[in-house]
Amino acid sequence: MALAQADVLAGLKEIIEEVAGIPAATVEMDKNFTDDLDVDSLSMVEVVVAAEERFGVKIPDDSVTDLVTVGDAVNFIVNASK
Amino acid sequence: MSIKVAPVGHSRILSVGSYRPKRLVPNSEIVERIDSTDEWIQQRTGIETRRFAGDDETVISMAKAACEIALKRAKLTIADIDTVILATISYPFQAPSAATELINELGNPKAAAFDISAACAGFCYGVGMASDLVRTGTSTNVLVIGVEKLSDYTDPDDRATAFIFADGAGAVVIGKSDQPRIAQTIWGSDADSRDAILLSPSYLDFKKNPTKGVADLGWPNISQQGQTVFRWAVYQMSKAGIKAIEAAGITVDELGAFIPHQANIRIIETMAKEMKLPDSVLIADDIRTNGNTSAASVPLAMDQILQEHPELHGKLALLIGYGAGLVYAAQVVELPPRP
Repeated sequence: MALAQADVLAGLKEIIEEVAGIPAATVEMDKNFTDDLDVDSLSMVEVVVAAEERFGVKIPDDSVTDLVTVGDAVNFIVNASK
Repeated sequence: MSIKVAPVGHSRILSVGSYRPKRLVPNSEIVERIDSTDEWIQQRTGIETRRFAGDDETVISMAKAACEIALKRAKLTIADIDTVILATISYPFQAPSAATELINELGNPKAAAFDISAACAGFCYGVGMASDLVRTGTSTNVLVIGVEKLSDYTDPDDRATAFIFADGAGAVVIGKSDQPRIAQTIWGSDADSRDAILLSPSYLDFKKNPTKGVADLGWPNISQQGQTVFRWAVYQMSKAGIKAIEAAGITVDELGAFIPHQANIRIIETMAKEMKLPDSVLIADDIRTNGNTSAASVPLAMDQILQEHPELHGKLALLIGYGAGLVYAAQVVELPPRP
């Protein structure tokens, strides 16, 4: 069953706060991981692995570079859960 | 009818020695060509400085210097060594091996000698093999060397690698022991990710295109997919580390030190977190001042942490090497006694 977008965003907020120390309140759908949240490429890998475990989806390395904004990641995870 | 074999014994690391090239290269010397900053490099890798070998510091001369220190600390001479295993990816000849040039230079051209190509895992592959050779009686004293001159295979204009790789050599002597002091090696490959770290093009490309040179074809410099390597290193290698600890029959709190391949401080710290190493385990961070020296990094880091923390002599350490292949090897060892 597909995950709800709001649930995925809430989960990602927690993960990003834990991995990168970014306050969850500042993590919104339109935020750019690199430019707005200062999540670098290696922290992004930690976020992705934590998200895979939490949401039970696979996010291949090739797809990680396409996840530019938080919204990209949320939508990828929602689609992968269908 | 049966054949005779020696009883299986035990092995240990008798000593460690290392050689660091003379020239210290700060990030400020690297950044201009790759449009980067000291802060960016330190934040991504932990590297503050590295050492680049000069023309007079070759794979062989660096290996020789490390071996001479290791032999002296073990109170042995090269005549006591019957086997030499040398791990490198930067010896610039396909054959004969670097190990045979080394034994000739060291003054014992009769020892068994060979190279192993397992990139950044090469030293730990060598430790596992040397331990088993000693245990089964094939060898008595083995020199295991990790040595690299990666500055010869690094593109100073490559924004992904120019600041990572460096040069140096480290060596250990492995000999007999009265009790187990080197545990089982956990090793393997993930060769379906073979493209994640590459040295290309092939030397044959130069032969096939005789009118073209390095300017056209490039040079077999190291390239790597950073995120793929980071993910594999942190999440797969921490599992290999745990397996090595279990194979040794110990728990993480019995370790004195964690001495992983010095690839990137972020990999090292995240791996330690994944393995849930307690604060009592000292973590080698030689990468900060000496960069990533591939096969040489584990023995260099071992020598460094023993210099800084002499109380670690005789304590248990988890070694793990991982790199191009992708290949890996890990084992728990008792660190060599105080010389």
